[in-house]
Amino acid sequence: MKTKTIKKKDIASFLDTLLTRYEVFAPVERDERVVFEAIGAGSEATLDYQNTTMPPKGILFPQTEQLFSYRSTKDTADIAVPSFKEKPQLIFGIRPCDARSFLLFDHAFDGDPYYINRRGNTLLVSIGCTHPQAPCFCTSVGGGPFSEEGSDLLLIETGDQYLIQIVTDRGAQLLEESGFKDAGKDALTLAQKMIKTAEASMGAGIEIDGLKEKLDSSFENPIWQELTEKCLGCGVCTYLCPTCHCFDMVDEAEGSTGERIRIWDSCQFPLFTLQASGVNPRPTVKERFRQRIMHKFSYMIESYNQIGCVGCGRCITECPVNLDIRQVVHTISKLEALS
Amino acid sequence: MKNPYIPFPMRIDNVVIETDDRDIKTFSLSFIHKEDEASFAYIPGQFAELSDFNKGEAPFGMASSPTQKGSLEFTIAKAGVVTTALHNREVGEIVGVRGPLGNGFPVDTLRGKNIVMIGGGFGFSTLRALTTFVLDEANRPTFGDITVIYGARNPGQLLYKDDLEQWGKRHDLNLYLTVDSRDDEWSGRVGLIPQITKEIAPSAENAYILVCGPPVMIKFTLPVTREIGFLPERTLLSLEMRMKCGVGMCGRCNIGSKYVCTDGPVFSCAQLSGLLFDES
Ligand SMILES: Cc1cc2nc3c(=O)[nH]c(=O)nc-3n(C[C@H](O)[C@H](O)[C@H](O)COP(=O)(O)OP(=O)(O)OC[C@H]3O[C@@H](n4cnc5c(N)ncnc54)[C@H](O)[C@@H]3O)c2cc1C
Ligand code: SF4
Ligand code: FES
Repeated sequence: MKTKTIKKKDIASFLDTLLTRYEVFAPVERDERVVFEAIGAGSEATLDYQNTTMPPKGILFPQTEQLFSYRSTKDTADIAVPSFKEKPQLIFGIRPCDARSFLLFDHAFDGDPYYINRRGNTLLVSIGCTHPQAPCFCTSVGGGPFSEEGSDLLLIETGDQYLIQIVTDRGAQLLEESGFKDAGKDALTLAQKMIKTAEASMGAGIEIDGLKEKLDSSFENPIWQELTEKCLGCGVCTYLCPTCHCFDMVDEAEGSTGERIRIWDSCQFPLFTLQASGVNPRPTVKERFRQRIMHKFSYMIESYNQIGCVGCGRCITECPVNLDIRQVVHTISKLEALS
Repeated sequence: MKNPYIPFPMRIDNVVIETDDRDIKTFSLSFIHKEDEASFAYIPGQFAELSDFNKGEAPFGMASSPTQKGSLEFTIAKAGVVTTALHNREVGEIVGVRGPLGNGFPVDTLRGKNIVMIGGGFGFSTLRALTTFVLDEANRPTFGDITVIYGARNPGQLLYKDDLEQWGKRHDLNLYLTVDSRDDEWSGRVGLIPQITKEIAPSAENAYILVCGPPVMIKFTLPVTREIGFLPERTLLSLEMRMKCGVGMCGRCNIGSKYVCTDGPVFSCAQLSGLLFDES
């Protein structure tokens, strides 16, 4: 694998060069939080952050998005599809867990031109996690604080410089004419050490082996009632989840014109599945919470052969009642077979 | 790539008020653009998303058969925002259509077999589509015996009265109608579908049985179909879940790992027994 190095102080000017060709999204500080935003200058970005409260999924799957606009009268209906943005874009400083989440989106949005066009137009430059946080459990779901899966380039912090791992050809092209030096032996050794230390600092996470089978056989286990009793059904866990992709479609009208927009939705809400007949296949928090867990740790494995969770830990950090997905899954995996 | 979210326009050519309470109407829609008709190749049991612009979209099974050219029919029960808006539409007006969606009935598997159809409520609409399809002159010889058992709460709730009258006269179709409660004019059967099915006890020999209707009807009918000898592999249901996208992306209509909108809405009982959902 090819590796280059970049001095920390040169990051801003590197971003400035990228800005001449790309729309660049990067972590910026806003009201004591860090969020991904389109930047105008390299100096706006900060790489000194753990992870953002909101995942950058909205860059490829916006929270609200126009599918088409229409003009409709009694006897006409004209539809206009928005044109796709031509300018290539780049997400800089995305965490490896969030970069991996797009590999799941690639399955979920297979056949969706809005996502696919943006995805094809977007490069991911991720930054490895030298200091994984307590809620992080990426290593137990197939990722890692320095996983390069899904990224085009991966930065690894080594003292006053970053090692740049070139993962894809598209990533390599970003560095053409950059003049960055090949990484020397010392830098590579130091990076290896950083990776080892970070990985060793991570908690146990989730036991994946046999989990799907256990979940499938425990679907009707009354334990779900107990496990989900605290849940408020607020949906925060799903909005902040980088792999949650559910949406609603609504018309926003003004007279005879309007737009059909799609908007993030959540399986934690009762209306999500309420049928017009009044029947609701997921009538209580229990069924809805279980759906979230099953979707990620059983159904996605069945459909895409991938675990539907990247271990970012946001649902753990932000849940108002401290429901911990790791504990829920752990309890299920330790259940005796229901007789 | 085809954009699966874009509806095409169709014109309302005819509206039939099906029921006495006027809550169910059948809309006949004609294609405005030839290319839309060409790209709408469907089989009975599939569905489409209908748009009433400004109100939104809702899924409906095609009540017409692909053997009827130039138009599509949908039978729509007034239930909420979109269905009410559609009910307020008149002949000549334009609605949006997106589809065909879903798997539909396994028409090719059914060829050469005897078919028993059991329907209730607007769930009967796709069975009407299949019956029309099978009765098409060119198709009829390719299917075995056809039995249709159709029930409604009362005679005024029976859909497709013209069809029922025509079908009743045919010798190549066994039609059984039943109502939960009769009125003065009704001289036919009175009784719930499970009970009537048990009485008729259609043979399971070389046959498939298709059950479409409200969940309670399905729930009480399935034990009967089992009892009279239909295996789960040969018992087909059309399921209903709340839907938005209809193309397996919005994540709302799943039963276990299957999306009803793309893997269904038609499933065999054997398929369903392998899926995770609450038994109730
Ligand atoms: C595959 C498939 C095929 C189908 N085929 C057919 C068919 O052939 N014919 C058919 O008639 N239906 C069919 N349906 C059902 C149909 O899709 C629903 O009836 C339809 O989606 C209802 O849409 P709506 O916008 O009218 O209801 P919604 O507005 O979504 O209403 C949903 C429920 O909420 C209630 N509600 C609505 N607004 C309010 C409010 N402001 N306050 C309180 N409650 C409210 C309504 O009373 C209703 O009970 C099918 C469904 C599926 C999935
Ligand atoms: S964030 Fe917590 S309380 Fe809110 S829906 Fe998720 S698990 Fe329930
Ligand atoms: S309706 Fe969207 S996934 Fe089935």
